[in-house]
Amino acid sequence: MADVVLEVDRVRKSFGGVHAVDDVSFALPAGEIRALIGPNGAGKTTLFNILTGQLPADAGSVRFRGRPIDGLAPWAIWRLGIGRTFQITATFATLTVLENVQVARLSHVRRSRALFRPARTLELGPATTLLEQVGLADQRSRAAGVLAYGDLKKLELAIALAHDPTLLLLDEPTAGMAPAERGALMALTARIARARGLTVLFTEHDMDVVFATADRIMVLHQGRLIAEGTPDHVRAHREVQAVYLGDAV
Amino acid sequence: MSPSIIVVQLLSGLAKAMVLFLIASGLSLIFGVTRVVNFAHGSLYMLAAYLTYSLTAALPFGAASFYVSVLAAAVAVGLVGLVIEVGLLRRVYKAPELYQLLLTFALVLVISDVVKLAWGSENKTGPSAPGLAGSVPIAGQLFPTYDLALIVFGPLVALALWWLFYRTRWGVLIRAATQDREMVAALGVDQARLFTAVFALGSALAGLGGALQVPRQPLTIVMDTSIITEAFVVVVIGGMGSVPGALLAAVMIGVIEAFGVLVLPKATLVMTFAVMAIVLIVRPWGLLGRPESQGRGAGGAIASTSAVPVPRAAIVALLAALVALPPLLPTFHVWVLVEILAFALFAASLHLLMGTGGMVSFGHAASFGLGAYGAALLMKLAGVTMPVAFVAAPVVAAACALVIGFFCVRLSSIYFAMLTLAFAQIAYAIVHQWYDVTGGDNGLLGVWPARWLATPLRYYYLALVACVAGIALLGVIGRAPFGLVLRAARDHARRAEAVGVNVRRHQWLAFVIAGFFGGLAGATFVFLKGSAFPDYFSVPRSVEPLVMVLLGGVQAPAGAPLGAAIYKILDTVATKYTEYWQMVLGVILVTLVLAFPRGVIGVLRRG
Repeated sequence: MADVVLEVDRVRKSFGGVHAVDDVSFALPAGEIRALIGPNGAGKTTLFNILTGQLPADAGSVRFRGRPIDGLAPWAIWRLGIGRTFQITATFATLTVLENVQVARLSHVRRSRALFRPARTLELGPATTLLEQVGLADQRSRAAGVLAYGDLKKLELAIALAHDPTLLLLDEPTAGMAPAERGALMALTARIARARGLTVLFTEHDMDVVFATADRIMVLHQGRLIAEGTPDHVRAHREVQAVYLGDAV
Repeated sequence: MSPSIIVVQLLSGLAKAMVLFLIASGLSLIFGVTRVVNFAHGSLYMLAAYLTYSLTAALPFGAASFYVSVLAAAVAVGLVGLVIEVGLLRRVYKAPELYQLLLTFALVLVISDVVKLAWGSENKTGPSAPGLAGSVPIAGQLFPTYDLALIVFGPLVALALWWLFYRTRWGVLIRAATQDREMVAALGVDQARLFTAVFALGSALAGLGGALQVPRQPLTIVMDTSIITEAFVVVVIGGMGSVPGALLAAVMIGVIEAFGVLVLPKATLVMTFAVMAIVLIVRPWGLLGRPESQGRGAGGAIASTSAVPVPRAAIVALLAALVALPPLLPTFHVWVLVEILAFALFAASLHLLMGTGGMVSFGHAASFGLGAYGAALLMKLAGVTMPVAFVAAPVVAAACALVIGFFCVRLSSIYFAMLTLAFAQIAYAIVHQWYDVTGGDNGLLGVWPARWLATPLRYYYLALVACVAGIALLGVIGRAPFGLVLRAARDHARRAEAVGVNVRRHQWLAFVIAGFFGGLAGATFVFLKGSAFPDYFSVPRSVEPLVMVLLGGVQAPAGAPLGAAIYKILDTVATKYTEYWQMVLGVILVTLVLAFPRGVIGVLRRG
């Protein structure tokens, strides 16, 4: 078995009396692309926020390449090699597309506090390469705030890849996009991930995208993991059909 | 301390608290619903006080005249508020919040001169309240009957407000609006009318407070600025938008001040602001306020696009003129130029915080004052030479910014602004009351440049080098990775954290850098004037660079020096031709805000 990149052990989080994440454990081996699915309110985003340090877990532990990361600040977790995107696209609106990626690169190479060199010329090569990979190179001088939605999602991906992460956490990477675009963006993401040997965990509502992209799938329902396995296994899973696909179809 | 003194001090603290509550509740309401930080609130209070003074004398109702006047003044000021909202504020709700602030600041200037024009600058002693004029013996001491009446009246107003908010449909809408404006709008409520009504009500409350203050203290033309800072303290401690919070905080502050006078008479001014600082540090959203619902428009206090490149030729031409022209100018103009240079640097240092970093400071005067006093005290107490003091002063300011910033960067938006204000006021209070070291009100005199720099021209060139170098360095920092990352954190703090940026640490560094250059500006200024006064730390001194940055246009670093030059020239010219220069300046500011809600640079770029 490949090295375990992410190990989540009995993580819990409740808000008031509601168990948003209830005793969730799983391990993510290196190089795997895994989907986390579940109906709205299943706890996917809460789990993501715990993994990325935005929320503290009530109990349990999260290990990244064997190292406990719970309690670390988001920026410290990023430094270890975990990139993320947000469900509601988050970019730097008044910065140009290129500058958005430059910020992430400058942070990565620990130049974010350099005071006296013009930023304009720094990290241009790597930033441009990233933009080329996601197909945004021709938009590099536009302000991120005026981009079309699909392009914003691509920009987020480029930002998330900027520090050569080991693990990518993508929270609904295609939410809000047209169906045709969704498949294309996820295929692009998968291609880049496989080429770089990245491990990916993503949440997604579009089942076509999920079954086309993921190596394995986990199903979260009311804060609990109720199934985990290959797409075929999950498709055939009785409980999943009952609580999840049953609702949707 | 005898028990009787305690009782009487407690009561007089409560009386003060009631007036404070009236004013602060209005301010809090207006902020809660419209998100306008109304600097003119104190001016409305002052206006009502003067109106009451004149009406009481003019009305023919005998003993009842005073009470009719109080009501009439409150209503009249409520109407003034209505006119301000409909005529001015409504036009700039869509502009960045700070432009609304600029507008209300302009109104402070205008109303202040209107009062001066109508009533003159001498203090006025108001009428006493008929029937409540004497004193009653309480615990063996005499206590003013009027104050006792206020203690009864305050809770009645609180009760009336409670009824309004909890027992009427209108009140429900207001409470809903303080918690979620967009939701109320989505429910189909006419937001424009709600805003107008709230602004008028809030203004009337300020008016009532001012009117009721008349029998308690002489009327002065600086009533507005002294009350507005206190009102802000109360609002912030109680929680922005919370009326019960305003009541609680007003009582706290009233009582603390009353006992402070007894216990630590030298530290009364420090105490209230220290309380505010502690509350903000422990509970940033105030005692009874709610944490801001983050996310929507987060960090977007000022919409700002990438820097506007200023043509190199224009900069070279300007610098050439600054080097070549002064020997040809009269001395007075050289002095004005030095002042402009100092303020250009001061505004540019604030721009790094508010423009690049999106951190709006209401207390940037602290850096200016620390630079000025730092230089002056180094010379007076440590006996260092002037050039050394000049160079060390910004370091003093930066060191203090390191401490102040540590606390401030934990907060964001309006709470950050208020904590910076609190620290600036603490510094002001210390300088004002620590006579032995700072000379208090009398200031520090004889802070002159070294002999070889003492001619106007020589000092001008020193100032030119220091300020231009400072502004240029700030420009370089703004364009460096640090500036870029700071802008990124301003645009989206969470995203910045999620690319490995420790946002607080970067904001802290920005705070220290801004403090350093603000201190350099203060040092430049102190050797120009030859003296340092506590008002270097005052609120108006903090507002000035804010106005300059907004005037020039917050989106471009070049806007700050430009705005400083425009502001100072207006100031100088208007002062020369009229005693009422504040009004002229205010009217010009109002016009500018309404005409160019994006600052002058924004217009230059388009045109």
